[in-house]
Amino acid sequence: MNPFETLRFAALGLAANKVRSGLTMLGILIGVAAVILLLAVGNGSSQAVKDSIDALGTNALTVSSGAGFGAQSTATSTKPLTVADARALADPSQAPDIKGVAPEVQTSQTALYQGTSHTVSSVIGTYPAYFEASNSKVTLGDYFSADDVLASRKVAVIGSTTAADLFGTASPIGKKIVLGGTPLTVVGELATKGSGTGFNDPDDVVIAPLPTVQNAYTGFGSLSQILVEATSADTTTQAQNEITTVLMGTHGITDPTAVDFRVGSQTTLLSTRSSTTQTFTVLLGAVAAISLLVGGIGITNIMLVTVTERTREIGIRKAIGAPKGVILSQFLAESTLLSLAGAGLGVVTALVGAHFTIAGIKPVVIPASVWGAFGIAVAIGLFFGSYPASRAASLRPIEALRHE
Amino acid sequence: MTLTPGPLSGATSDGRGPAPVIAARRLVKTYGMGDAVVHALAGVDLTVEVGDYVAIMGSSGSGKSTLMNILGCLDVPTTGRYLLDGIDVGGLDERQLSLVRNRKIGFIFQSFNLVPRTTAVAQVELPLAYAGVKAAERRRRAMAALTMVGLADRAEHKPNELSGGQQQRVAVARALVTSPAMLLADEPTGNLDSHSTKEVLGIVDRLNASGRTVVLITHEDEVAHHAKRVIRLVDGLIVSDVRQAPVAGPPPALEAAAAGPAHGELTQGGVR
Ligand SMILES: Nc1ncnc2c1ncn2[C@@H]1O[C@H](COP(=O)(O)OP(=O)(O)OP(=O)(O)O)[C@@H](O)[C@H]1O
Ligand SMILES: [Mg+2]
Repeated sequence: MNPFETLRFAALGLAANKVRSGLTMLGILIGVAAVILLLAVGNGSSQAVKDSIDALGTNALTVSSGAGFGAQSTATSTKPLTVADARALADPSQAPDIKGVAPEVQTSQTALYQGTSHTVSSVIGTYPAYFEASNSKVTLGDYFSADDVLASRKVAVIGSTTAADLFGTASPIGKKIVLGGTPLTVVGELATKGSGTGFNDPDDVVIAPLPTVQNAYTGFGSLSQILVEATSADTTTQAQNEITTVLMGTHGITDPTAVDFRVGSQTTLLSTRSSTTQTFTVLLGAVAAISLLVGGIGITNIMLVTVTERTREIGIRKAIGAPKGVILSQFLAESTLLSLAGAGLGVVTALVGAHFTIAGIKPVVIPASVWGAFGIAVAIGLFFGSYPASRAASLRPIEALRHE
Repeated sequence: MTLTPGPLSGATSDGRGPAPVIAARRLVKTYGMGDAVVHALAGVDLTVEVGDYVAIMGSSGSGKSTLMNILGCLDVPTTGRYLLDGIDVGGLDERQLSLVRNRKIGFIFQSFNLVPRTTAVAQVELPLAYAGVKAAERRRRAMAALTMVGLADRAEHKPNELSGGQQQRVAVARALVTSPAMLLADEPTGNLDSHSTKEVLGIVDRLNASGRTVVLITHEDEVAHHAKRVIRLVDGLIVSDVRQAPVAGPPPALEAAAAGPAHGELTQGGVR
């Protein structure tokens, strides 16, 4: 029998049992689609992290107070970070690779505007250098100036989420909001950064001059952190060393293993985060693999049942002279058609599904996962379609005919 | 009546002449082991000449089906030799066996054994498909075979849309469509009423008249009257072997209806 005829026989065989064929195909479809989609979601979230690394600027460094990572530091007492520390870092003769320094205090306050209340998750008091270092750009209005800082004016630049919550679609520029009891004039609105990393909204923010925030909310004690901008992405390591040297000087520390501050780059911070999402992707991948496995067991089961059910038929075909090869190729063609169609539809489903945002993450399909899932599903279909069939086709006709 | 099945006219029942189509020596088939062992065949010797029409009789469990399955190459004997057309079947591999089943043997089962959910004509085409016959030629020969068994108008019916007699006639058409030299039938009329029995036997008689060797199993004396030779089995052994008509002549039932109007049809039993 030629291949075309074998395919025709197979198609007839499948059509003869529509429900079973349909269910098998559905099993393969779900398995394949789940693998591709879940991996796409994992990939999408790590892509988002990568994008936010770029958005935050790769030359930004943060200095925060406290002993180094875990037990590595043997510091006995911790000196808080102060504006004096920031000023020392801004000295180009000591730290030539540092372009800008922005001391930061952070708090959280409730903002009011004409009866609308909104809790701002991060209220930041800082210097204008902050905007460049943190890659924050205004779309409306302007940044506050060094002058505003010196005069500790009650002005603020707000994030897009904050603006939307308080003002809706109206322009916030020039309006007065009351933040934690202190009136502030909005001078600028930041461009949306997007909730790429998903942990907190970077657009829900109010940025005001450092002394203004210190005066109104935090007091003139220690800083939350100092944001430092290196001259370029390549000089972040030198800048990091300079920061350590300068701050060891101002804090009077001689032992480099006993520092009471830590310097982190956005990149290292985010690489921790992207390794978290890596774990997340692996986890999703494992779930996906399990669903493919379950789908595979489904196929196997149905193929086994099919062959058991059709052993008598195999006996009849052998009795009228069907060679083993022809019977085998018929079953092989049936399972090929079934798994190809199922896996193909699964790929289509996954590709369509990947156009939707799932749990706040835009899935990004990994091409290898498409081929992998498709290939594995077809291979499972082929193997478990042909193996029981070959066993049945090896029986003597009379044994197959007597099969119950 | 001079109905001569071609070149085989010289064959006689005394074993001389051309090679017998079936030559079985000391066939033994045992099932099970130890105390539970069953000797379904206890050493059967059987020679069947080309063109003969043999009925095998015997009580239930005497080993008739076992013998038939071995003759049809559907099963293998525990010991013993079986020559089909002079070829030792025991020495054939799987592929050659399927060729033998396809070309040399037409097997008819008591329980019809049609492929489920398949139309009558596709059913009859199957052995031709396995023989590698082209689609158009296949359809032509399948329709010819169906016409011969009087089912041309039921060609597109599936087994569950056919009566028992019609199903058995489809099975007969399937068995004879490849023009095998030998037709084996295990109680072909066992599930049929007297009218269908007559129809099926009429077809088998005409096939034998045209030169096919026929071996059939039956419990009914009326059916056995159609055969030229009747063999009785008891407990896996042949206990009697009676010739009712010469190998060379027409089957007795047709001879009884000699000079009947069906005479013209007798010679065109084949479907090629
Ligand atoms: N697969 C088998 N396993 C064990 N015993 C078997 C098997 N097939 C047949 N037998 C035994 O072999 C003996 C002969 O069986 P067989 O089917 O040839 O009888 P039969 O003459 O065709 O009977 P019936 O007229 O009822 O069809 C019986 O005793 C039966 O029980
Ligand atoms: Mg029987």
